Amino acid sequence: MNMDLILDKDFVDAFFSPIWISLKVACIAGIVVIIIGTLSGKILARKTFKGKVILETFLMLPMVLPPTVIGFFLIVIFGKNSFIGQAIEWLFKQPIIFTWWAAVIASIIVAFPLMYQSAKSGFLGVSLDVEEAARVDGANERHVFLFISIPLAKKALISGSILSIARALGEFGATLMFAGNIPGVTQTIPTAIYIAIDSGHMQMAWLWVISIVIISFFMLYLVRHKQE
Amino acid sequence: MKKGLYISGLLILSIFLLAACSSVNKAQAPDTPYQEATQSKSNKIVLTISAAASLKDALEVIQKQYEQEHPEVTLRFNFGASGSLQQQITQGAPVDLFFSAAEDKFDLLVVEGTILVEDSIDLLSNELVLIVPKKSDIISSSTDLSTASYDHIAIGTPETVPAGKYAKAALERMGIWSIIESKIVFAKDVRQVLSYVETGNVEAGIVYKTDALISDKVEITQAVDKSMHEPIIYPVGIVKSSKYYDQAKDFYHYLQLENTLKVFDEYGFNIR
Repeated sequence: MNMDLILDKDFVDAFFSPIWISLKVACIAGIVVIIIGTLSGKILARKTFKGKVILETFLMLPMVLPPTVIGFFLIVIFGKNSFIGQAIEWLFKQPIIFTWWAAVIASIIVAFPLMYQSAKSGFLGVSLDVEEAARVDGANERHVFLFISIPLAKKALISGSILSIARALGEFGATLMFAGNIPGVTQTIPTAIYIAIDSGHMQMAWLWVISIVIISFFMLYLVRHKQE
Repeated sequence: MKKGLYISGLLILSIFLLAACSSVNKAQAPDTPYQEATQSKSNKIVLTISAAASLKDALEVIQKQYEQEHPEVTLRFNFGASGSLQQQITQGAPVDLFFSAAEDKFDLLVVEGTILVEDSIDLLSNELVLIVPKKSDIISSSTDLSTASYDHIAIGTPETVPAGKYAKAALERMGIWSIIESKIVFAKDVRQVLSYVETGNVEAGIVYKTDALISDKVEITQAVDKSMHEPIIYPVGIVKSSKYYDQAKDFYHYLQLENTLKVFDEYGFNIR
């Protein structure tokens, strides 16, 4: 590749814009998923109640359904014709579809099951006796959760977190549908690659592929290392 | 060694994440496009145009011209498959103009009343071509399709890919569909047909002329006779609920100017 291209401002903007948007979306979605996933994993790990199977199946649906279908659900749920969509538009004076927050929501939904499953199995591995011992020593539930359960389930929580962030980073179908594919606003690395390949800009496509591979490589490497 | 790699990995990851998170908090970094978009919202008119992916290159040229002539307007394109774009608009996505590569998807919005008939026009058309890998001489015209000895020909899946639907219709009209049916490979989109031909995994393929032009590894041997299939039309229209209806209308008229149409012509489209 020649230097002119690297130094060209338009090129640099066009190249880095999807990367920043992707990292921004994956970062925020990751934080939200880690918090919600950990909490719901803890709450549901040992509870048994009627309809738990149904609830868990529902939570796992985003793993099973094709992302385009999830995207379609999202534009219906948050669209102008729904109550939620109208409420959001009234609140923020603009619809959420085609904003990068839409990409965050799409990523949260598809990444959540990974975090939830990891957290749940992590907390199930924590011995009840240890938690009970802490309670006997005077710890309240919050202390038990923060200082006993979380440290003991650390490995599972870390793998879950990295898997969720990686999934959020690679999210394509639901994002394309719900956030659209607007360069500089909602175009993420995966949607940028899709459109670059579709319009024959293979060089750009390869550059983005390489950057997402590098980012993913380090994330997945961390998981493997933790599991060893 | 292992530890070193682990630590460096952790470092790079954290730098990435930190940078990503801090760029969210950075109130006004003037050169990131997102900020530009939000900034411009206050004093600039932003038109959102949902357009078929195949129009991307031509529209980006037109965007530069138009924004230079109309500094108060920013054009924002949302590129995708015509079907998804149509569904987004049906669900109330804030789109000002819709430029579709599929007439039937566009007509759904007209029937719904989302786009008015008088605010829409069949602007461009495309044609089907028979392509082969460069430097291949097995097939040189559509008559060779039924006589030459070859293994595969690729077309889009007729049920989901419009180009495939037209290709199937043309092959049926020519009376060779049943002869070559066992040789046909169905691809998920036109781009995949192109990749098969480019890599030489199939001996021939049928795609739109505009798609064939973006690849320098394929050769157009023959245009498919237009009377063999329905016309391939690219309609454009203004979405009725557009916030900036007047500006949208202005761009809609701009698209029909001779100078603009010349750009589409350069990218292989035919003007209606």
